[in-house]
Amino acid sequence: MKRRSGPSLLAVVAACLIPVMFAWAEYADVILNDNSEAEGVAPVIFPHWFHRIRFQCSVCHVELGIRMEAGKTGIRMQDLIDGRYCGACHDGGTAWSIDNCDLCHSGRPGLETGVKGGHKTTGPGIY
Amino acid sequence: MANRYPIILLSISLLAAASAGLAADKWKPLKKDGIHDPSNPAINVLQEPADALSILQVDTAGNMVDWARTLDYGFIEPRGSIDGEYRPEVLETTVLMRNTMPMRYVRFPHKTHTQWMSCETCHDSIFIAEEHANPINMGKILQGEYCGICHGAVAFPLTECDRCHNTDSSTVGREVRDPERDEGS
Repeated sequence: MKRRSGPSLLAVVAACLIPVMFAWAEYADVILNDNSEAEGVAPVIFPHWFHRIRFQCSVCHVELGIRMEAGKTGIRMQDLIDGRYCGACHDGGTAWSIDNCDLCHSGRPGLETGVKGGHKTTGPGIY
Repeated sequence: MANRYPIILLSISLLAAASAGLAADKWKPLKKDGIHDPSNPAINVLQEPADALSILQVDTAGNMVDWARTLDYGFIEPRGSIDGEYRPEVLETTVLMRNTMPMRYVRFPHKTHTQWMSCETCHDSIFIAEEHANPINMGKILQGEYCGICHGAVAFPLTECDRCHNTDSSTVGREVRDPERDEGS
């Protein structure tokens, strides 16, 4: 019995540590890299948390027509320059202008397009 | 028995360290979040998640922010349109989904959702606004369809079962709350 109790306790501790070790991007961060690196710039990181503090969901997903599926929006830089999608706000008026390339193209090399984050999603919550 | 105490003590201290680590890592600095390039000079300009999120209503999952309460209590006032002139109508009705197998019924609050988005965000591209018209099931949701388009990606994650499965079947019909509709077949 003594021998068996040790490893099982350690397993519990290890399980508790897993979320700590794999706490990565902020929940709902979106990485866009279908074209970025191929075009010679760093991947885009879109932080949902930052934008939802300031705008309701439907502003981007209805008014601006940004599809709710990472990698399926078909957005290209020319669209932004023409004032569509992100370019509707990032025009130097509502938000900083798109000539601040590094602020969006801020990802590490080799990132894959998708919705990232998800710390503390490893089990049922308290509600 | 005595041999077990060091292991128990070690476990407790490790658990304490783990929870301390969780608290410290609640919102990772951008430089350490594993996706931002630390050598990018712009990283010092971007707002840090902890700066913005730590002053909002606390939650136990997702962004660790209870976004619904944060909005309800007026901590934030997100615009309903780019120019801020338009605000979607808030709908008070709820939708009761009873085909939930052994789980409790799902009562969907239109209010919480319309505080965040306009009707056309969901209707009819994701949900047909009609009773029994949406063949929703948990498998599809887990694969990112229906509720799963947002929940598990940006809204609270699908591990929070009870937040949706929130209604005991024995209480249904005895409430004098919002109008109900039974949807899903």
